[in-house]
Amino acid sequence: MTTIPVIKTQGLTRLFDDITAVDNLDLEIYRGEVLGYLGHNGAGKTTTVRLLNGVLTPTAGKMKVLGLDPTMDGAELRQRTGVLTETPSVDERLTGYENLRIYAALFNVPPAAVEKRVAELLEVFQLTARAGDRVGEYSKGMKQKLALARALIHQPEVIFLDEPTSGLDPVITRQVHTLIRDLSKNGGHTVFLCTHNLEEAQRLCDRVAVLENGKMVALGSPAELARDLWKGMRIEFETTQEALPIALQTLEAIPDAHEITTAEDQPSISLILSLRDQVPEMVSRLVAANVPLYRLTPQEPTLEDIYFALHETDKEVKK
Amino acid sequence: MNWRAIKAIIQRDLLAVTRSKGVMLPLIIVPLLFMIILPAVFGYFSPLLMEMPGANMPDITLFLDQLPPAMLADFEGYSMEQLMIVFTLVYMFAPMFLIIPLMVASVVAADSFAGEKERKTLEALIYTPTTDMELFVGKVLSAMIPALLVTLVGFLLYSLTANLAAWPTMGEIFLPNTAWIILVLWVAPATAATGLGATVIVSSKANSFQEANQIAGVIVLPIIALVVAQVTGVMYFSAWLTVLLGVLFWVVGGVLLYFGVRTFRRSEILARG
Repeated sequence: MTTIPVIKTQGLTRLFDDITAVDNLDLEIYRGEVLGYLGHNGAGKTTTVRLLNGVLTPTAGKMKVLGLDPTMDGAELRQRTGVLTETPSVDERLTGYENLRIYAALFNVPPAAVEKRVAELLEVFQLTARAGDRVGEYSKGMKQKLALARALIHQPEVIFLDEPTSGLDPVITRQVHTLIRDLSKNGGHTVFLCTHNLEEAQRLCDRVAVLENGKMVALGSPAELARDLWKGMRIEFETTQEALPIALQTLEAIPDAHEITTAEDQPSISLILSLRDQVPEMVSRLVAANVPLYRLTPQEPTLEDIYFALHETDKEVKK
Repeated sequence: MNWRAIKAIIQRDLLAVTRSKGVMLPLIIVPLLFMIILPAVFGYFSPLLMEMPGANMPDITLFLDQLPPAMLADFEGYSMEQLMIVFTLVYMFAPMFLIIPLMVASVVAADSFAGEKERKTLEALIYTPTTDMELFVGKVLSAMIPALLVTLVGFLLYSLTANLAAWPTMGEIFLPNTAWIILVLWVAPATAATGLGATVIVSSKANSFQEANQIAGVIVLPIIALVVAQVTGVMYFSAWLTVLLGVLFWVVGGVLLYFGVRTFRRSEILARG
């Protein structure tokens, strides 16, 4: 990853009548980076992708992608970007092979290279055996893989993936994750990953941008966001079955302890303390209540913890 | 213009059309009816109808007498049986023949524009490096090419069937004449452009192939009016009037396509959802 921004937006805004789909977005994305673009449905993720590819014009603001202005140089820019749309949008009446061959022509892949490139992608996505079948007969996972192959047919520098693993089974999801990592780390491609799968974002992304009603409410690596936005600490400790009731009673008396849950298969408790400094006090209270502590593990917050914390904060601000 | 990309769009749309039963059915049945079955039936049976005991000869004679003089001049030297054949197959069906290019262009365009929205395949096409104009030209040609091909092949089949079926009565090749050649080479492409333009505009609002096809189907009404005008003798499509008719359709088609291209902008399509 280098520090050259391949995508740069300043005050990017798009309105649809009185709805602000993208609100004053300032964002820089670097070459070789995987950026997770997180948000609920309707948060403005797809609109951002459309703006950055020059297929939708902004209401206000500036943007540059690969040094080009998407509004003015849309066709030239799209030659260098690849987009996997939220629905696979593959031609179901055509075969898998025909889909790729036609899009190779549309993306100006040199005629002499088309057959080789199509065969290569069919092989990578394990579609060679079904390449001659109409796509309408494919499973959902196969259609998604074909759409991904199509987005990569011209070896784009920036790849926009809108919910790439939505509805896929775990095996195919893992294959797609491996491919995304490979594209970024070994291929030097920049990946703009729209997702509401927080586990996926945590696993794949160098940085994440969190979007709420068109507005970016956080930006950084999962670790940075945890440090800046997550003041509390998740703790898990192990005790005995007999001591569980008194341990729960003791914890409930601590005002800043929340999300207290017990494990199903072992005598352990998980909880979140609002401040890291409250850990010693919690331990001393448990010891004073004669709760034996066999293991106490602090846990890093997940992206999910941060995301929901941000979401709660946003709701409180609105109130 | 990137003609390789345009060719790819045409190839893609035509492959999609030929693999849909719902689209192909009207594209086969209507031309088959107009270009083979009707000329065969009328060419062979219309003289026999006049010999039937119930045939009202005085009325038919009166009707033929009221036809425009220019048309009557064309009929000179024909027997009553031959006259019925020439009137039906050369004059009555001429404007009806225009339904074919108009319908084929409309059906294919409805599938290519509105149908693509319905199948949610347009978005992938929108993200390609083609310009709005290249996309539009590709889609327009993918409707025009089959419309003109079907018309041309249909015309040859129609001429062949009509001459063969009517041979026992006519004993000569009577079709095509000058007006028909102008009709096929000049007016038919213009009606295809008219149907196409109307369908593109309708498709910008319609959400499905069926919806676009049904609404755009209204454009066939002026053709029906022409059929009625010709059959009732109100109008006689001489070679010159046929040329003028072509001009009229080219103007209407051109205007519709001009407004059609304005509805076909990426940003507009996506903003409409």
